[in-house]
Amino acid sequence: MKRKNMIILIILLIAALGMSAISYFGIDAPELGLNKTLSAENIKKGLDLSGGVYIVYQAKDSEGNLMNDPSGDDMSAASQLLRTRLDLSGWTDGEVSIEGGNRLRVEIPGIDNAEEAIKGIGQAGVLAFLDETGNVVVSGDKVANASVGISDSGTGKAGYYCINLEFNSEGAGDFKTATENNIGKPIYITLDGVPLSWPTVQNVIPNGRATITGEFGKEEATTLANLINSGSLPFSLEVIEQQSIGATLGADALSTSLFAGLVGIILVIIFMIIFYRFSGIAADWALIIYLSAELIILNGLNITLTLPGIAGIILSVGMAVDANVIIFERIKEELSAGRTLRLALENGFSRAFPAIVDSNITTLIACAVLFWLGTGPIRGFAQTLAIGIVLSMFTALVITRFIVKGFVGVGIKNPKFFGGK
Amino acid sequence: MNIIKNKMIYFIISIAVILIGIGFMAFNYSNGNGLFNFDIQFIGGTSITANNLGEGFSNDDISNIISEVINEEGQIQRVGDTSVNIKTKSLDDTQITDIKNKIREKYGIEDNTIEVTTISATISGEMQEKAFLAVAVSCIAMLIYVSLRFRDFKIGASCIIALLHDALIVLACYAIFRIPLNNSFIAAILTVLGYSINASIVIFDRLRENKRRLGSRDSENVMNISIKQSMRRSLYTSLTTFFTILALYIFGVQSVKEFALPIVVGIICGTYSSVFLAGSLWYIFDSFKKGPKRSR
Repeated sequence: MKRKNMIILIILLIAALGMSAISYFGIDAPELGLNKTLSAENIKKGLDLSGGVYIVYQAKDSEGNLMNDPSGDDMSAASQLLRTRLDLSGWTDGEVSIEGGNRLRVEIPGIDNAEEAIKGIGQAGVLAFLDETGNVVVSGDKVANASVGISDSGTGKAGYYCINLEFNSEGAGDFKTATENNIGKPIYITLDGVPLSWPTVQNVIPNGRATITGEFGKEEATTLANLINSGSLPFSLEVIEQQSIGATLGADALSTSLFAGLVGIILVIIFMIIFYRFSGIAADWALIIYLSAELIILNGLNITLTLPGIAGIILSVGMAVDANVIIFERIKEELSAGRTLRLALENGFSRAFPAIVDSNITTLIACAVLFWLGTGPIRGFAQTLAIGIVLSMFTALVITRFIVKGFVGVGIKNPKFFGGK
Repeated sequence: MNIIKNKMIYFIISIAVILIGIGFMAFNYSNGNGLFNFDIQFIGGTSITANNLGEGFSNDDISNIISEVINEEGQIQRVGDTSVNIKTKSLDDTQITDIKNKIREKYGIEDNTIEVTTISATISGEMQEKAFLAVAVSCIAMLIYVSLRFRDFKIGASCIIALLHDALIVLACYAIFRIPLNNSFIAAILTVLGYSINASIVIFDRLRENKRRLGSRDSENVMNISIKQSMRRSLYTSLTTFFTILALYIFGVQSVKEFALPIVVGIICGTYSSVFLAGSLWYIFDSFKKGPKRSR
């Protein structure tokens, strides 16, 4: 009995030390391609911590009205357009995401100036079809649609993807002339002056329906089709929100919050030991396992850590011990009602259970609403808090229980050590 | 300590605090400052924060720079000793670049110490809707959950009224301390709601258990016992959460402080409302049901 409990305690001690070490130092194994993998400093940081610029665009129709439900295809085409512009401007670590179906959020870490970025990526794409000499033979607004298809041996190399181009009636005429004049020669499809593709004209295309064949993979073909579509989008992009955050300020925010977190956590740890002695030590032990698990999970799920996100983690530490306080108060009560230590511990954990689950679920409800309604950093807060609640419920109920039972099992049996009198 | 018996005192204290908040709102409104210190996320506009200006900078110099570019002064507010926040109507890129250049030249600071945010009216309109929706949806969801879990609508209703009380006090706190009402407002208020209901649930969990043990005839007594039994827990967990969030308030940067303060207030009033209001409300609802004769 004693031996078994000793082993449990040792395993949990190794878990606590090991997980803290991983969350602090990470895993270094160059031969496996791991470099500080899972270490806290490797967690993806939001713009508010790393500094940078974000811009939110909304689709605007030709009359200047903001649109609420542009088609999903058009939005992904616009997103592809912005993605390409980011790459062309050298901001390869920038990100584009579609928000709420009608908005595009562009995040560019490491730059200071939102105004410049907007100039670089914001305008509508100019799509054009050029001949070898650089003359525009069809303008981009005459493309009705570009879509991805699969080639067969009749149209190209079987098994590869192709792009089906469709012009409007005016474009069909222009394209017919263009193909007549350029048989055997390439036609360059350019976006903002950058050539995307230069298929060779094989025959005259009279009906405005062309197919670009080649050895395209699915992804390549989709990207190309999206880019061609983006040059003929039925809307332009309007900046509705923009923010630039200085990198030094972000770093300041990070270091002060981490310091605050450290102070808060140390206070909680001391508080628990003073008021609950060995139970308190068990709770603190579980708390350390919880914290490192949270950091490792944030890392593993590649969740972006934002300033409110850090606040969420720190807040969840305070909440994590809440469950333990409920349990320990219960144990104290059971002890003063004259129950044996074993029974008091048993009752403490089982009777506190429903209250703990119910109260955590209500907080999860708040998190869910926040995740649903929030954008950007606020979503980060909801995510870290939600992960924290679920994890801490587990550590408080299960891990703490193992540790407390382990203590009793190895001979720490005086009820005084667990809050009795 | 008979909390149920003295319930009117606690109700009056709460109402008084909320009225003080409303008083501040009215006072600010009549002075032309708006009900709250609405940040641009709620009303649209451009916000420029310039840091490291040196202690000697003057608000007048800043407002001169602004009026040179846009013909209006904007709202200028010092943040700490060496930073300033300027709020104006929505500016375009040229105007922003212009202002930034002028500030940089005058104070010899780097581009990366100036933060600019622009929010259009579309977003700000949505923010107001979202804030309201967030509180309403979470309260309804929690009302349903708690009522189902305890199989007692009175408990759900008491918890939610206590929550709305907390939301109002946190709002009062925004009005009194003129905390900028921005993106983190929704997060702060929902955190308070999610957190403060915990204490009420623990109390009602005790009530459920005690009713089984002591019978449910003497509601006043059973409720009082339940509150007392969970009193220490309510206090201690508020303390642990209070430590962590207070540390954030003390050591955090400005935006973190603005987020932490309402939560600090919310934790205090959430504990108060769970201990002093939720149980009393349940008792009142319970007496209604049993009829006035047996309500004493």
